[in-house]
Amino acid sequence: MTQKNLSRRNLLKAGVATGAFAALATTPFRPALAADLTVGFIYVGPKDDFGYNQAHAEGAAAVKAMDGVTVVEEENVPETVAVQKSMESMINFDGAQLLFPTSFGYFDPHILAVAPKNPDVRFQHAGGLWSADKHPKNAGSYFGYIGLGQYLNGITAGHATKSKKIGFVAAKPIPQVLMNINAFLLGARAVDPAITCQVIFTGEWSLAVKEAEATNALADQGCDVITCHVDGPKVVVETAAGRGAYVCGYHANQSPLAPEKYLTGAEWNWAQVYTDMVETRKAGGTIPNFVRGGLSDGFVKMSPLGPAVSDAARNQFEAEKSEIMKGGFLIIKGPINDNKGNVIAPAGKAFAEDDIALESMNYLVEGVIGSVS
Amino acid sequence: MSAGDPTALSTPWVRPSAVFLPRLDPLVIPIGALLGGLLAFSFFLVVLGKAPVDFFSLVYKAGFGTAFSWQNTLSRVAPLLLTALCVALPARLGLVVIGGEGAVVLGGLAAAVAGFALSGAPGAIGIPLMMLAAMLVGGLWIGAVGALRFKRGVNETISSLLMAYVAIALLNHLVESTFRDPASLNKPSTAPLDEALRVGSLFGMDVHWGFAAGIIACIVAWVLIERTTWGFAARIAGGNMRAAQIQGLPVGRLIIGFTAAGGACAGLAGFFEVAAVHGSANGSLISGYGYTGILIAFLARHNPLAIIPVAILLSGFEASSGLIQRRMDLPDATILVLEGFVFVAILVSETLYGRFRIFQPRAEAV
Amino acid sequence: MGDTDLGLWAVPLAMLGGAIRVSTPFLFVSLGECLTERSGRINLGLEGTLVFGAMSGYAVAYESGSAWIGVLAAAGAGTLFGLFHGWVCKLPRVNDIAIGIALMLLGMGLAFFFGKPYVQPQAPDLPAISFGWWSEISQVEAALQVNALFLIGIVLTVAMWWMFRFTRVGLIIRVVGDSTDAARSMGLNPNKVRLLATGAGGALAGVAGAYLSLYYPGSWNEGLSSGQGLMAVALVIFARWSPVNCFWAALLFGAAGALGPALQSVGFSSGYYLFYAIPYVLTLGLLIAMSSPNRAIESAPGELSITK
Repeated sequence: MTQKNLSRRNLLKAGVATGAFAALATTPFRPALAADLTVGFIYVGPKDDFGYNQAHAEGAAAVKAMDGVTVVEEENVPETVAVQKSMESMINFDGAQLLFPTSFGYFDPHILAVAPKNPDVRFQHAGGLWSADKHPKNAGSYFGYIGLGQYLNGITAGHATKSKKIGFVAAKPIPQVLMNINAFLLGARAVDPAITCQVIFTGEWSLAVKEAEATNALADQGCDVITCHVDGPKVVVETAAGRGAYVCGYHANQSPLAPEKYLTGAEWNWAQVYTDMVETRKAGGTIPNFVRGGLSDGFVKMSPLGPAVSDAARNQFEAEKSEIMKGGFLIIKGPINDNKGNVIAPAGKAFAEDDIALESMNYLVEGVIGSVS
Repeated sequence: MSAGDPTALSTPWVRPSAVFLPRLDPLVIPIGALLGGLLAFSFFLVVLGKAPVDFFSLVYKAGFGTAFSWQNTLSRVAPLLLTALCVALPARLGLVVIGGEGAVVLGGLAAAVAGFALSGAPGAIGIPLMMLAAMLVGGLWIGAVGALRFKRGVNETISSLLMAYVAIALLNHLVESTFRDPASLNKPSTAPLDEALRVGSLFGMDVHWGFAAGIIACIVAWVLIERTTWGFAARIAGGNMRAAQIQGLPVGRLIIGFTAAGGACAGLAGFFEVAAVHGSANGSLISGYGYTGILIAFLARHNPLAIIPVAILLSGFEASSGLIQRRMDLPDATILVLEGFVFVAILVSETLYGRFRIFQPRAEAV
Repeated sequence: MGDTDLGLWAVPLAMLGGAIRVSTPFLFVSLGECLTERSGRINLGLEGTLVFGAMSGYAVAYESGSAWIGVLAAAGAGTLFGLFHGWVCKLPRVNDIAIGIALMLLGMGLAFFFGKPYVQPQAPDLPAISFGWWSEISQVEAALQVNALFLIGIVLTVAMWWMFRFTRVGLIIRVVGDSTDAARSMGLNPNKVRLLATGAGGALAGVAGAYLSLYYPGSWNEGLSSGQGLMAVALVIFARWSPVNCFWAALLFGAAGALGPALQSVGFSSGYYLFYAIPYVLTLGLLIAMSSPNRAIESAPGELSITK
């Protein structure tokens, strides 16, 4: 992605050098082809952050490669009135008919304000809980059960840890993050029930120095496998590997950042999700309002296993993964308590990966060291 | 030496050329500087191989060219008018307050908490009370900066900055603990406001009432500064605080009053963000309006009426950011660079005022 | 050698490690600001210089393959920003505080603008020297990984203290900072001295940025700085314009910054936003304690606009 930017920029420079004011002649108002479907993507951060936004931008890149589709993008759009205007600007100036505002905070109130005014445009939102009785019909939400990816991360971590302590750098104690922390520990406990997971919250989605300090604090506590849920995992991955800990990735593939220490990673597979949705829309079909999917649906994928993953770990990883690929995997199985001793699920009760109750998770399971408030 | 230096003594002297151009310079110099900044930015674009004509036609189109563009621009103006006042009012006393962001976020939080307490109340009662809560908290927060300055001599620039960091931490902490609505799942927020307590749009436009409130606040601030004894006293104190004190002016009350008034404006900006945009208080309140306000106030030379066109111009720039990203393949930071060029050019042009004035207020220029 | 369960000892150890890791940017940028302010001028724009230094340092280190060339580039870029600030402030009626804010905006804007292609690549890191080889405890060893720039910072602190105290250059800067008129009567050119002091201050801020991008946390992105450049201005005031105190202030601020994550790791897990705000509250408290309504803060340069 970067390389492309670079060369495009250089090309433009060269173009100007040869044809003096050639650029003056190019019109900025490029007309969209009538038959084209214009799709807009909006990101809350930079789209090459090795993380959340990059995962979405890779999906957008796949859409860009489709025939008869024009993609427009904007990055670093805050969750204020600015995102409402970005959406409307894409609709008014670019004729966008399908929008993917990808940050959780874009839904309420922003998409909810703009969607009713633009009934012909479809608003697809990542992570929100669309419900038929409250929300506009031309809006919808989609998300993936990436928690199971963290569960598989946990299995590799459980085999790799010597200290029986693993660590998690988290942004905020919200359901999506808590699910990942719990799943990471449960995966590790599927290897060895004595393992504990220390969590440190940084309080922000992107705060480099704090993320590095949190990673160091985990390493100081003896955590020898570390993963994270922040927008850009680059700092955590590099810092953890620098301290000699193994790392599990998140959002995108970070193995190039620490090839020796990277075990595996839970990645979004938005390319498939987005091309499917765009294909549906182009064919005149209707995208369902509430879309969810996990590993078995191709919404989420795992990074290739790294060189440090042992054979035993690899076998258990593959076995559990093929279980998960059957769908309906029971991620929270009773009897299980939270880390304050309250019962989450008694014996015999279990929550499957697609249980909607998990989307309002507000606890950390037993064995996680940390607190949700 | 800074223009905001309260202790510098005035040493008037006459420059002959000044007699001819005394009235035009407040208009000609800033506009000339604005054009100069845009010109410098155009060179920047040309060096990068981008056509300035394309750039500015896109800025015009997306910021001011269509009815939608105007609504886009104006809907961004409201908080900026109010946060600029948070800088401009204390500036009358020679104080440089840069922590308006703190008053915005805590004002917004206060409005949301008051709104929660007032659930079920009719809008005619609830909304004024929420506004009052926001202005009170914002006023106390920045008023404390003024009080620290007067009582303890703590530099207001530094203390307001530090307090902004503290305010942001408080907001984050409170919306994720004490005031968190358990139903706000992945975006920790206070409980959503009743429909009756929300502020709507202005005359069918897609611009909320905060815009009108901001304009009114600017006019009121202008009247306060230019037409009242308080404003007059503040200007004297701003010229030379110690002399004003010796003359018996209530310098303490002026400092605390003007900083608190500025903070109340920023708090009001927080109220409108909550009541007109978000419907609850959460981390989205921390969006840098307080810092953009500094820029606007300095560009407007702390004149409350000049804040209005400057805020509209800057909002137009920001409204065009998206289209520029999409059409010209320039990064979002392009608008930040443009603002930087314009800001530097206008501040450098301050030096030209001395050339045309009858009285040059400072003897030696450093 | 292995991981040892440290219990609550992890907190002071983390603060020691944090002081060494996190303090370096504060140290450089506050030494730079100290030098500038001692000459009677304030540069509030060092945050922009630092961010631009971080970007240019990272970009040049990546392109050249050498982290040290990156540091030099960052210092060079910082010098340019500083000289520009110094040159503009020389003009009559230009407000040094406002220009600082403007250059902060411009520096960040330019850094984000040109920094886009460098978010992804991995540049070489600055080397660290291990001072913890004697310890059996791996955490102690990790905490005592000391970056070369931190050591350079110590040398610079002493050198600057020496300069202000014993050298002619130091004397000139102090005279210019205390009284423009006195400096003029001594035949000095205050504008030139301030120009150079601001340029040198900018260079140090650029190096502070390079430390962030090239060592800790060690990558370039738009959220890299969390206000280190702005905080330096406050640190210099409570260091009372003494380079040695700047060093202690930077260490204290770094240690306070490490406190939040360390406390969470030993179980104090609620209210972390408030722990994270400790450095700011601490600075504000110290500032209030030090200030006085009737006089400028002790040892403040006489010509400094911000303390009068």
